[in-house]
Amino acid sequence: MELFNSESKKIISDPINVNNPISLQVLGICSALAVTIRLDQAIIMTLAVVFVLCSSNVILSLIRNYIPTRVRIVIMLSVIASLVSVVDELLKAYLYDMSKQLSVFVGLIITNCIIMGRAEAFALKHGPSKAFLDGLGNSMGYGLIIIIVSFFRELFGAGTITLPDGGAGYVLWSIPDSWYAAGYENIGLLVLSPGAFIILGLVIWIQREFAGVEEDA
Amino acid sequence: MTGVEHYLSIFTKAVFIENIVLAYFLGLCSFLAISKKIDASVGIGLAVIVVLTITAPINWFLWEFLLDKGALVWISEDFRNTDLGFLKLIVFISVIAAMVQLVEMFMERFSQSLYNSLGIFLPLIAVNCSILGGSLFMVEREYTISETVVYGFGSGVGFFLAIVALASIRYRIRYSNIPPRLRGVGMAMLLTGLLSMAFMAFSGIDL
Repeated sequence: MELFNSESKKIISDPINVNNPISLQVLGICSALAVTIRLDQAIIMTLAVVFVLCSSNVILSLIRNYIPTRVRIVIMLSVIASLVSVVDELLKAYLYDMSKQLSVFVGLIITNCIIMGRAEAFALKHGPSKAFLDGLGNSMGYGLIIIIVSFFRELFGAGTITLPDGGAGYVLWSIPDSWYAAGYENIGLLVLSPGAFIILGLVIWIQREFAGVEEDA
Repeated sequence: MTGVEHYLSIFTKAVFIENIVLAYFLGLCSFLAISKKIDASVGIGLAVIVVLTITAPINWFLWEFLLDKGALVWISEDFRNTDLGFLKLIVFISVIAAMVQLVEMFMERFSQSLYNSLGIFLPLIAVNCSILGGSLFMVEREYTISETVVYGFGSGVGFFLAIVALASIRYRIRYSNIPPRLRGVGMAMLLTGLLSMAFMAFSGIDL
């Protein structure tokens, strides 16, 4: 099976771990922060990005021999924009509450640098099956980070853990009242924007300790 | 609220209170990558101001007269129920990509010195989320045309302020003793967090 040899495994696992798009390549941070207030938003956003990145990689890799180099940016943008419009319309049709909460950030997947970056760096140079694996790996690497960030922001900021469902979200667990009675307090700062920056900064630090990457300056 | 005061309030909001980078996380990729150098930060900041001020009103016209529900009434009454809203993303991003190209050509022709200092940043701006985000927020908040101009310009100024501030801080801490794995992006994120906290103080301003 070609799909499970060591090279394919590397294409998937590298971006999740040692070459993570967010913490190491520093791509796609914009949307990564805005949707991390609650876990369910982050999960839906991850699914949207998995869909868009895998499909755009496959489509662009299929037509890569017909794209003139000089107009490739416009072609990439139009393929990506069409896919994102599909996701946007699907969310509006089936998960209306969620699409209201994510507001403009679904549309902003278009300008998510991960998608353009992978198209340019990988999909235009490799066959469709490898491009699919690369898309899967990178979008899961992206998802992993935003799910970690949103988990901590929601748990310590709002005191709940919410999973996505058809409506406003299903609360899996929330901090019991007896804790609040004993003096526990939520950290309100984490729900606000500074909290997102600081948590992501710390996650990047920890991930780089494990991956052993250093940057000067 | 009347006249000037209303626009002043939109402007202040876009620059300080709802800063496009520090409160809405838009345009962070270039924000983090370019803030290593101060002069480059000033360059991209100016380019963002120019492009946002131009693209937001153009997209407003397209939205109002082409894409919104019932926008095509000016052609014929038959289009009362036509809703082309789903084309919003594709149209906006094409306008932005085309405008960036145009601004670049215009600058090359008429101001060589400005082109030399901004030229390399312009292509990067086409995929800067703050530009597309500006247009999308303008639709979501249902601004009028003059409000859109003020909002676009204000958001650009907000981006400029934030990136120059971060670049100056990063310049100052160049020789500080930071844990090696935290250097670079990690530290920049923590600094941005502190900056964002400082900007939150402006939310007390009520115009």
